[in-house]
Amino acid sequence: MDDHSRNQLKNRPARPARRDAMKKGAALAGAAAAAQFGFPALVRAQADTLKVAHLTPRTGFLGQLGDYGFRAASLAVDEVNAAGGLLGRKVELIAEDSVNPQTAVTKAQKLIERDKVIAIVGEINSASALAIGEQVARYKTTPFFNTGANSDALRGKNCNRLMFHIEGGNTMYTKTIGTWQKAENKIKGARWYMLTADYAFGHDLFRVSSKFLKENGGDLLNNDMVPTNTQDYSAYILKIRQAKPDLVYINLAGVDQTTFLKQYKEYNLPYPLAGGVMDTIPFWGAGIDSISGHWQSLWYHGLDVPAARAFAKRFRDKSGFPPDNQAWGDYVGVMIMAQSIAETKTTDAAKIVEYLEQGASFDILKARRGSFRAWDHSLLQEMYVVRVKDKARMEDKWDIFDLVRPVPGANESLELIQPTREENACTMA
Amino acid sequence: MFAIVIEQVLNGLLVGSYYIVLSLGLSLIFSLGGVVNLAHGAFYALGAYLAYEVERRLGFAGAIVLSPIGVALVGVLIERWFLRRLYHEDPMLSLLFTFGLAMTAEQSLRLIWGTTGLPFAIPAALKGQLLLGDFIYSYYRLTVLAVTAATIFGCWLLLHRTAFGMIVRAGTRDPEMVRAMGISLRPALSAVFALGVALAGLAGVMSAPLAGIQPAMGTEILTAAFVVVVIGGLGSFWGVVYAGLLVGVVRGITVVFYPPAAEASMYILMALILLLRPRGLMGEKFEKFE
Repeated sequence: MDDHSRNQLKNRPARPARRDAMKKGAALAGAAAAAQFGFPALVRAQADTLKVAHLTPRTGFLGQLGDYGFRAASLAVDEVNAAGGLLGRKVELIAEDSVNPQTAVTKAQKLIERDKVIAIVGEINSASALAIGEQVARYKTTPFFNTGANSDALRGKNCNRLMFHIEGGNTMYTKTIGTWQKAENKIKGARWYMLTADYAFGHDLFRVSSKFLKENGGDLLNNDMVPTNTQDYSAYILKIRQAKPDLVYINLAGVDQTTFLKQYKEYNLPYPLAGGVMDTIPFWGAGIDSISGHWQSLWYHGLDVPAARAFAKRFRDKSGFPPDNQAWGDYVGVMIMAQSIAETKTTDAAKIVEYLEQGASFDILKARRGSFRAWDHSLLQEMYVVRVKDKARMEDKWDIFDLVRPVPGANESLELIQPTREENACTMA
Repeated sequence: MFAIVIEQVLNGLLVGSYYIVLSLGLSLIFSLGGVVNLAHGAFYALGAYLAYEVERRLGFAGAIVLSPIGVALVGVLIERWFLRRLYHEDPMLSLLFTFGLAMTAEQSLRLIWGTTGLPFAIPAALKGQLLLGDFIYSYYRLTVLAVTAATIFGCWLLLHRTAFGMIVRAGTRDPEMVRAMGISLRPALSAVFALGVALAGLAGVMSAPLAGIQPAMGTEILTAAFVVVVIGGLGSFWGVVYAGLLVGVVRGITVVFYPPAAEASMYILMALILLLRPRGLMGEKFEKFE
C-alpha cells in the first residue's frame, strides 16, 4: 500500500483512543467495587402511620447479612401491626441501604428530617453506625438501635444517649469464647497466631483479643494485618505453618472469614482454630465441610428456648430458611422499640431513652431476659459457645452447630462478658 | 527466612495462574473487539454458579467442562443481541453497556441463587496435600496449575497455529487492513467474545472450591484482572501470562514482609511498570490503541 492510500485509510472519522477507554474502564470497575448504588424501598406507604427506619447495608460485602436483617425487621413490623400497631396507629417500615458511612449520614438525615421516623434500627458496619450515631445525637429526636455493629468504641468513647446496642461488642465476643477457653485451660502458656482484618473493626477486635490473651498468661506469636476482600490466604497459611502455633485466632469477618476457613481446611494444618467474632451466615455459606472449631454465637436458631423456636419457625415459614444472628438482632431491635413506645405511650425520644435507661427488661428470645446497661447502653444478655456439628448428625444444611454452653452461665452475672468501665469508658453528654 | 520466601514464590506462581485465565479472556476481548468488558467478573461469577448446579449432578469434572461452555453460550447471546451493535460506536458505549450488565448480572445472581454464599467443597479426589521436604502443596491447587497451563497452551495453539488465530492476531494489529483484504472480522469477534467469557467462567469454576461462591465475587476480582492486563501490556498474550505470575509472586513476598500492603502491592507494581514501560511489560505500539 502506498502512503497516499494509507493516509486515506487514516482519514476515517477520529475515534476516541482505546487505551483511554481502558483506563476509564479500570476506574469504573474500581468505583463499582467500592460503592454500589442503593435505592430506597418504601415498604408500606400509608397516611397517618408511625414510620420506623431500617437503615443497614443491603449491597456490598455486608449485604448478605443486611438482607436477613431486613427480612426480620419486616416480620417484626408485620407482627406489631397484626397486634394492633402502636399508639393506635399502624407502623410503616422505611428500609434503606446504608451503603457506606457517607451515604449512611445523608440517609439518616433524610430519614430524621423529612420522613420524621420515630426510630432508626439497623446497621452492621461500625463506621456507618458511628456516623448514624452522630446524627441521632445531633437531632436528639430519634433513638438509634444498633443491631449489627461490633466496635467497642461505639459503646465507649463514641457512646451517646440516643444510641442503644443490641449487637454484642467486640469485648463481649472475645470474653465469651475466652471465658470458655479459660475454663478449658486453653490459654495459659499457649502460643497464638492471629490474623486481623485491616480496618477499624479488625483492629478493635485485635486490641481486645490480644489483651485478653496476655492477661490470662498466653503468648502472641504473631499477628498479620490482612487486607479486606483477600481472595487467597495460602501465603498466610504457609506463614502459620512455619510458626507452629498452639491456636490460630482470626479477627476476620464476613466473606474474609469463610474464605480463610475454607482454605485453612484445604491445607489441613493440625492447629485448632477460633476467632474473635462469628456470624452464622458466612458459616452457612462455607458449608460444613469447610468449618471447624469452637465459636461464640450471639444467637443461634437451634437455641432450646420456646420463644426462639417460635421466632425461627415464623421466619422460616415466611422466608424458606431459618433466621441467623443478624435477623435476630433486627427483629429484637424493632420489638424493643415497639415495647418502649407502647409502655411509655409516646414517641418522644427523651422519654424512651429514660425508660430504657431505667432498666426495662425485654424478652430477647433467649433463656434470660435482656436490659440495657444505663451507663453505656450495651444490652446485658447471654451469649453462647457453639461447636461445629458432626456432619452425620445434621438435620438440614443450616444445622451446623451444637450448643456447648451459655456464657455467662445461668447463675453468673450478665456483667461477666461486658467490658468494665476501665476497659471501655463511656461518658454521655 | 530464605525457605519461606522460596515457598511464597512457588505459591505465588500457583496464585498467579488463576489470575491469568481470567485476564487472558479480558485481554482477548479488548484486543480484538475494543470492548472493555466490565462484565467480565459477572461471567466469572456465572461460571462458579453454573459449576455449583452441574457439580451436584455430574461431579466436578463435569462442572469444569460444562460450566465454561454454558458461560460461552450466554456470552454468544449477549454478543449477538447487544454488543455487536456497539463495536463501531464510541467505546464509551460498550463500556457503559458492560458496566450495566455487570450490575444487572450480580443482582440476577442474588435473585436466582439467593444472597447467601453457596458452599462448594474441594472435590474428594483432589483433597489432601503433597509434601515435598518442607514444602506443601494442596493437590487441588496443583490441579488448578495444570489446568491453567493446559489452557494457556491451548489458547496459544489456537492463536498462533490456526487460520482463525491468524485472523484474530491480524485484526488485533490492524483491523482496517484485514477488512481491506476481504476478510470479515464479525465471526472472529463473536468467537473471541465467547472464548473470552468462557475463560472467565473457567476461572470462576476453579476459584469456587477455594473461595466459595457469592454474588459479589465477580466485582471483587475484576479490578485485579484489569491490573494484570495493564501490567502485561494491551494486546499481548505472553504479557498477560508474565503479569499474572508476577502479581502472584509479588503478593506472596509482600505477605511475608508487610502483610497490610498485600493487596496494594499489585497496584504499586502496576504504577512502577507503567512508569518504566508505559505500554506495559510486553505491550507493542499498535496504531489502533494509541
